[in-house]
Amino acid sequence: MSFQILLNAVLAVTWIFLKNEFDGSTFIIGYVLGLCIMFVFRHFFNDRFYLSRVIAVIRLLLIFARELISSNISVLKVVLKPKLDMQPGIFAFETMLTKDWEITVLSNLITLTPGTLVVEVSADNRILYIHAMDIADKAEAVDSIKHTFEKAIMEVSK
Amino acid sequence: MIAIVEILSALFLLMGVFLFLVSAFGIIRLPDVYTRNHAVSKSSTLGILFILIGTLLFFFHQHGHFDFRIVLAIIFIFMTSPVAGHLINRSAYHSGVKMWDQSVQDDLKKRR
Repeated sequence: MSFQILLNAVLAVTWIFLKNEFDGSTFIIGYVLGLCIMFVFRHFFNDRFYLSRVIAVIRLLLIFARELISSNISVLKVVLKPKLDMQPGIFAFETMLTKDWEITVLSNLITLTPGTLVVEVSADNRILYIHAMDIADKAEAVDSIKHTFEKAIMEVSK
Repeated sequence: MIAIVEILSALFLLMGVFLFLVSAFGIIRLPDVYTRNHAVSKSSTLGILFILIGTLLFFFHQHGHFDFRIVLAIIFIFMTSPVAGHLINRSAYHSGVKMWDQSVQDDLKKRR
């Protein structure tokens, strides 16, 4: 990915030299033109085209923001409810992710999910122990972690 | 147009303050460390984000001054506060803090 960005920048600088205009707007035009050229030749790279990875990162950030807001609404409900009738507990969650940074991002996302908080990551990086505010919602939480977060993180790293 | 920006920034500030209030109530009301941590690590994160966004809008509109340090602060808080919540939870568990007596499940205990 970094090689592709560097190549894109080199193409933009080449465009600046061809035009003989040294300013920011020429660089941006050259960058966009270089992007088009690289899109045409995308099959020659070993990696996939880097713009799709950038889009995946932006989607992950949007998921972060959405989860933060919905988790706040659920905390608000629990705190302001007149009776404390939730059933907290710790459950184990097996993750498919392997790299360290992926697990870090996943546990950050889980912490910002409604009603869940990571307590411990097991030594072999395969099981996350999650404290849930209401253990009755556990199945739903596991489902959303599996289908939304893990998929979005894999989309970035694949 | 001017009124819209002012109302928007005031709205952001009020929402932030409200979330702080809720997280403070959460600390008082909830029964144990872990559930209190839920309230603190979520509500106060979003609360401070809202307050910073409101400040950013206000100064951008009143003085035409876009302060990138506020944007940086938003990013830093967003990255660090879930980690802080996790670490407090983890160290509480390892130093043997009991969970609330109405807790139903503890998978972590089975492991040891």
